[in-house]
Amino acid sequence: MAGNNDSPLPVRTGFLGWLNKRLPVDVFVRNQLTGYYAPKNFNFWYFFGSLALLVLVMQLLTGVFLTMHYKVGELTAFDSVEYIMREVPYGWLLRYLHSTGASAFFIVVYLHMFRAMLYGSYKSPRELLWLFGMVIYLALMAEAFMGYVLPWGNMSFWGAQVIVNLFGTIPVIGPGLVEWIRGDYGIADATLNRFFSLHVVAVPLVLLLLVTLHLVALHESGSNNPDGVEIKEKKDAKGNPLDGIPFHPYYTVKDIVGVGVFLTLFCAVVFFMPTFGGIFLEKPNFEIANPMSTPEHIAPVWYFTPFYAILRAVPDQQMGALLMALSLVCFFLLPWLDRSPVKSTRYRGWIWKSALTIFVISFIGLGYLGLEPPSGLYTMLARIFSVTYFAFFVLMPWYSKIDPVKPVPERVTNDHG
Amino acid sequence: MSDNSGAAIHGSPGSTDAVDQSRRGFLTMATTATGIVGAAFAAVPFIASWSPSERARALGAPIEIDVSKIEPGQMVTMTWRKQAIYVVHRTPEMIAKLPGHDASLKDPASKASDQPAYAANAKRAVRDDFLVVIGNCTHLGCLPKTRFEPGQPELGADWPGGFFCPCHGSRFDLAGRVFNGSPASVNLRIPPYSFTNDATLVIGQDTVAKGAA
Repeated sequence: MAGNNDSPLPVRTGFLGWLNKRLPVDVFVRNQLTGYYAPKNFNFWYFFGSLALLVLVMQLLTGVFLTMHYKVGELTAFDSVEYIMREVPYGWLLRYLHSTGASAFFIVVYLHMFRAMLYGSYKSPRELLWLFGMVIYLALMAEAFMGYVLPWGNMSFWGAQVIVNLFGTIPVIGPGLVEWIRGDYGIADATLNRFFSLHVVAVPLVLLLLVTLHLVALHESGSNNPDGVEIKEKKDAKGNPLDGIPFHPYYTVKDIVGVGVFLTLFCAVVFFMPTFGGIFLEKPNFEIANPMSTPEHIAPVWYFTPFYAILRAVPDQQMGALLMALSLVCFFLLPWLDRSPVKSTRYRGWIWKSALTIFVISFIGLGYLGLEPPSGLYTMLARIFSVTYFAFFVLMPWYSKIDPVKPVPERVTNDHG
Repeated sequence: MSDNSGAAIHGSPGSTDAVDQSRRGFLTMATTATGIVGAAFAAVPFIASWSPSERARALGAPIEIDVSKIEPGQMVTMTWRKQAIYVVHRTPEMIAKLPGHDASLKDPASKASDQPAYAANAKRAVRDDFLVVIGNCTHLGCLPKTRFEPGQPELGADWPGGFFCPCHGSRFDLAGRVFNGSPASVNLRIPPYSFTNDATLVIGQDTVAKGAA
């Protein structure tokens, strides 16, 4: 929310005066930080946006330094990663910060997305904000996938094989498209090189642009809050929202606490269990890529497994790939599928609360099943969870309308959560 | 200097502050269209650069294998064009079993599957005793494992022997034909190949192409 952007700017002389005549530093700080009013009732769930930004910066920093030692190419990539791990001073730390950072990125992004679903943050007037966020999520998946190929371990190779071949299921153009993506008749040096370029240059640039758009859109409509009340509707005499507080210093200080807790947990993983029991870094990836030996069990890294489980649950190749794509498309449609007059789950009825609970169970269930080898019982469970996953979205226009909602307060509340 | 007489000399007597909207609209459209066409042409080299390079194409030349060294019931694997090639020396028992399970196959006659015309037969081979297939699963490209022993309980009680993909559980028989209930929709692909003599198998070269040469 714009807040009161007529509030006076500090009087500057000397260098800062000279600077502000040429670059609107003070105006920016006032409009986006000290005069940007955010709802005063943010809770735990509101840490994850700033944490995602923190992880992005960490990934850029560690990525730049890893690139200084990594040697792309099918003959050099695996060895150079081992060289980073064993011989580059603190190379192990740079690499584990980066690999753990990838998983941390998805943890905070999933929690950030769940927050939006919990409090209806995708609803009007924040549909575009949600869409930018979803495109960021897709770009992040592409970035993580290509990054996982770079160490050229055996899981890198076979993961790339499986994911790239997904495009082969597209009718007519599929086979040609796959060859074009790989640049060879199989996953090869050419594939590794282009993934390196995309991972290190193209996708990060796109991500930075998208994050900027996400923040501009956020600051235009203003943050939602756990009550789903628009704080801009009740303003004081000076034109500031009654239920808002300036982002700086109030929320910068709050976010620093979140950063402290997050980094404590993050460093514990980096130092004590960087592979996270084979979940953050899979065991077959400590062997070099071998096109003649498929690992006994191929599973993508944990953050892709819900979608992978849907792919595997369908006994038809094209349908499986199609449903996997649709499972992502559903998220984009969320602002228009949800017909409830109420944003926050706090004031929604039992139907919505049950649906959201079932969805979360399905998503986590699929995530678990995607890590496990396919078997009779697990395939059956994956099919059930796939049905409930899609039912959450497909039936939403109906159940969100008939859901018995509670009255929404005029102002934000501070008495719970 | 600033009156209209100068403009009149240059042949636009009616010059005013008014904007010719239709002319401006046309020019905007024309410039946009030209720009888009230009961008599309400029994109061609960038997109084309992702296709397999000349070196990659050259490395995709045919390969030869001496099949006389493969014992009956054995399989050898090799790579051709970055793909795994499986060559199975099928025993008479294996061959005899092939027609017995057509009902449980997705594409028993290989109508929807990818193979050269000379391998589009019941045994999916030029010679009944040698199966030559691209080992990469037609689902998502993993390498199916050999499960040649019949009757393996986890693959079904009447398992006739074949291949099992560890990635997503696709099952194929000893002609590379996919069983019902597999995520793969079509049979294992068969590369172009030919026998130059009794013992020499050439992968990547058709009988037809050789006959012409």
